[in-house]
Amino acid sequence: MTEQPTRRRALECMAWAGTGLIWTVTGGVPRSALIGSAEAATGFTFAQMSDSHIGFAREPNMDVPGTLAEGLAAVKVMAAKPAFVLHTGDVTHLSKPAEFDTAEKLFGTIGLDTHYVPGEHDVLDEAGTKPFIARFQKRHTQGGDGGAFYSFDAEGVHFIGLNNVVDLKSGGMGNLGAAQLTWLERDLAGRSASTPIVVFAHIPLWTVYEKWGWGTEDGAQALSLLKRFGSVTVLNGHIHQVMQKVEGNVAFHSARSTAFPQPAPGAAPSPGPMKVEAARLRSMLGVASVTLVPGQGPLAIIDTPLGA
Amino acid sequence: MRRRAVLAAPLILAAHIARAAEAAVTIDNFVFTPERIEVPAGTKVVWTNHDDIPHSVVHAGRPPGFKSPVLDTDETFARVFDTPGRYEYFCGLHPHMKGVVVVT
Repeated sequence: MTEQPTRRRALECMAWAGTGLIWTVTGGVPRSALIGSAEAATGFTFAQMSDSHIGFAREPNMDVPGTLAEGLAAVKVMAAKPAFVLHTGDVTHLSKPAEFDTAEKLFGTIGLDTHYVPGEHDVLDEAGTKPFIARFQKRHTQGGDGGAFYSFDAEGVHFIGLNNVVDLKSGGMGNLGAAQLTWLERDLAGRSASTPIVVFAHIPLWTVYEKWGWGTEDGAQALSLLKRFGSVTVLNGHIHQVMQKVEGNVAFHSARSTAFPQPAPGAAPSPGPMKVEAARLRSMLGVASVTLVPGQGPLAIIDTPLGA
Repeated sequence: MRRRAVLAAPLILAAHIARAAEAAVTIDNFVFTPERIEVPAGTKVVWTNHDDIPHSVVHAGRPPGFKSPVLDTDETFARVFDTPGRYEYFCGLHPHMKGVVVVT
């Protein structure tokens, strides 16, 4: 048995996670350790990638397809052999067909399925979510017409891909909407509370920084539907930096982008791309692996930057 | 760096909108500047995105009375406001960004 961490320890883990930190959750209790001192993960693993922004070509990254390819290469050599990739949105920068083409081609090179949810940059076309669904969500039964949300099961884990980037309201943040929440309630009904749940969506479901819109208006309603489950992991993107915290049995994690970093909340006049020098860029881009170890319930997230 | 708002001086357009006044709103650092602009009826308001992230201009009515395409860096959107009233709008990608056009 893992030692019982104190509340102080849990709060420490809610602080910023630095490069090379491994994050594990045992029975809903957080624990973190530097990579190298952590026990080797031996369970079912998948990768999280986010915010590819194919089509972006400005400082600090003029070669976004190149850094996406580096991220994919990093996934391919992960020791834990991920079963598939979850993409938490902003696959493209401007929803252009050519951008979708490039992304689809690159993700097709690693021989792993990728399960996508849209970011606000992926639904800019007049047709809304439809081009994204047709391109990236074909294999899934949609939870609602044009909704771009769905669920699936793998290795005893229930995965829920949510869409919180459409029908945004003036002055608000991310939005799930009533129809999606109703679907989520139905999707969870009858499932055993011991089923590990992984929720993935673009904009953080918890409020990271309201002033920059980094949160989801009705995220708390979704989380209340997940309360009875013993292990819930929420994976997000959008903020282009690693951030994590734990509330009860819910572990929140946001992944790095493979395109450009964004500033820490309030650390710059706006959340626009950080103009970091080329030598530093890859230390601020990256991918994540998530491992569930059967029988013990721990869940380990390792964030790996593309470079030092 | 935040640029200050510049209200374009009224200018005579050779095009079909004769003597139409023009007013400018810029987008810098995820802020519409000025956030509130007051113009006489018939004014053409032009939004220009100076950020290196795309934005849009969406009327806050449901459904919206007007909506720009997505504006990449340095792209513009123009709309002539013929009817007096208060037109609240926001960015469709970053809805915490809000502005208002008051037409007198």
